Amino acid sequence: MALLEVNHLDVRFALRGGDIQALRDVSFSLDRGERLGIVGESGAGKSVAAFSILNLIAQPGYIAGGDIHFDGQTLSAMSEHQLRQIRGHRISMIFQDPMMTLNPVLSIGEQMVECLRAHRRISHREAREIALDRLKQVQIPSPQKRLDQYPHELSGGMRQRIIIAIALLLDPDIIIADEPTTALDVTIQAEIMALLLELCEQHNVALMLITHDLGVVSQVTQRTLVMYAGRIIEQGPTKEIINDAQHPYTQGLINALPQMADPGQRLNQIRGAMPSLNAIPSGCAFNPRCDFATEHCRHVMPEFVTSGGCQVACHMVREMIEEAQHHA
Amino acid sequence: MPDVTTHKTTNAEASMQPSTETQTLVRIQDLEKRFDLSGSWLEQLQFKEGKLQRHQEFVHAINGVTLEVQKGEALCVVGESGCGKSTVARTVMGLISPSGGEIHYDGQRIDHLPAKAMLPYRRRMQMIFQNPYASLNPRMTIQQTLEEPLRFHQPGLNPSEVGDKVHEVMHAVGINPDWGKRYAHEFSGGQRQRISIARALAVDPEFIVADEPISALDVSIQAQVLNLMMDAQEARGLTYLFITHDLSVVEHFGTRVAVMYLGTVCELATTRELFANPRHPYTQALLSAIPRLEDDRPTHIRLQGEVPTPVNLPSGCVFHGRCPYADQRCRTEKPQLIPTAGGQVACHAVQEGRL
Repeated sequence: MALLEVNHLDVRFALRGGDIQALRDVSFSLDRGERLGIVGESGAGKSVAAFSILNLIAQPGYIAGGDIHFDGQTLSAMSEHQLRQIRGHRISMIFQDPMMTLNPVLSIGEQMVECLRAHRRISHREAREIALDRLKQVQIPSPQKRLDQYPHELSGGMRQRIIIAIALLLDPDIIIADEPTTALDVTIQAEIMALLLELCEQHNVALMLITHDLGVVSQVTQRTLVMYAGRIIEQGPTKEIINDAQHPYTQGLINALPQMADPGQRLNQIRGAMPSLNAIPSGCAFNPRCDFATEHCRHVMPEFVTSGGCQVACHMVREMIEEAQHHA
Repeated sequence: MPDVTTHKTTNAEASMQPSTETQTLVRIQDLEKRFDLSGSWLEQLQFKEGKLQRHQEFVHAINGVTLEVQKGEALCVVGESGCGKSTVARTVMGLISPSGGEIHYDGQRIDHLPAKAMLPYRRRMQMIFQNPYASLNPRMTIQQTLEEPLRFHQPGLNPSEVGDKVHEVMHAVGINPDWGKRYAHEFSGGQRQRISIARALAVDPEFIVADEPISALDVSIQAQVLNLMMDAQEARGLTYLFITHDLSVVEHFGTRVAVMYLGTVCELATTRELFANPRHPYTQALLSAIPRLEDDRPTHIRLQGEVPTPVNLPSGCVFHGRCPYADQRCRTEKPQLIPTAGGQVACHAVQEGRL
């Protein structure tokens, strides 16, 4: 059984004009030690999907349906008190902006000790030892000194290393990283990603990496989910998705990268923009931007079909598979 | 009028030249910009060793940058945050005044001009900013936003001519001209950036400075906006100074690339040459850090440490503290840009053949 299983998750936001469906029928799983990438543009629902695992969705959002299982327990049925035993302990999170995540009025050491002692009955001295050990693991220069420094004294890259050290404090089973390197420069991004990858492999931690950067996903993850307007539209092994994407949206996303066009030539753009969640088109949500959309696409929501190692929600792909089977 | 005749001769010269590509539009010469950190005069006073002294501290944002933008090209300036690339853009536009050095536009020095004398140049150069949410006035309709530069720079136009021009630029950037009565908040990020581009194009400029114009946009929208900028360049013969941190965009968009580090240009080359054969150790590290689709594992050149603060610049080569090839000379002597096969590089190791 998978370490984490999300089944038919529906998340809504109750607004004055009625509910907005932020996630619709999202199902995926994560194995122990596996690295999963969630890709999509802003507003696709990738962060909501990650946050709902630990029920971190703020009002007016709520989980309207579906269930979440983690290591034999049902997270979606847990009380707030029970969830606190899981959060930061078995499943920890890394957020985009390290300045927002760290408490500016506590030293690095205090924040780390606080987290350790909230979950384990250990002395202050023992907690500090563990904290120091984690800081060494994330290759921070002069770790002893960092324990007594405050977040504002550190650079962006260093802060993100500290966030990773905090995420690793209690030997979690899963780390959920929400755009961990978006706020950083390319050279620092490369270092942080390499570090995260190395530590996850070393400790056999499963990683859920949320990003809009297909390059990062292709380098770090083994499996990828592509989200569009609150739904998963394609999922499968990262290699297959990058090299042989089936869904027209995934293809468009990859082809739109500057490196996919000849220098100086026009880029292969996807026309239009992602719909806002209160005006999702009927049928396949991508149909107004899709070059292959038919009348069927405009009315009927596509179900998942298996193509190679991937699951794809597209009528055209289904028809192509059926045709191939027919000929065979 | 002498002005007219000189203008004519330059035009004649231009037509006589076999290729117009080598014509310099903007020349930046030994540009320097320092930002004062020390506050007012009173705050600068300090007691030191029993004496009252005045103590000043500066951020050295640009330290001797020399660049030439050729007519019709897209010169990209890349570097990490804090390297001074945006400051270069703003100084060229005259939004901030340089602390030293000169800026020449079409043969005329412009950095010390009074506002009135600068006016004709402002029409010829326009800017596109990073954040389309902040750079459009929320209290103006799109029509008003696009009319304003026209009314200001071309007061001779009558209202119907202004209307026609606004219609034309909206059409050119793919915004429905009927949407003129809407406000900026009614548009998505990509549409807003199109409107910013339309505003820049409204006065028919020849030179556009774009400061990270696509960084705030999603991947599929980035492609749309980049295409739009390339179309406009082709249709209107624009020259771009393109500031970005995204090297994959540079590889696609740029004619030439200048790599900046701590306020200095460390390498300048044609895009093809820079990506095929980066010479400066910093350029090499920067290129190796781009997350690419093809490779499985990052083969990233790891740099030691982090970018030092521009308040106390390192002596010698500003990159020496992180450079794996640094030696005694690098620590003491500032490298100058020297010509290479496809451009220029400022590195002692390259010059000495150590690299």
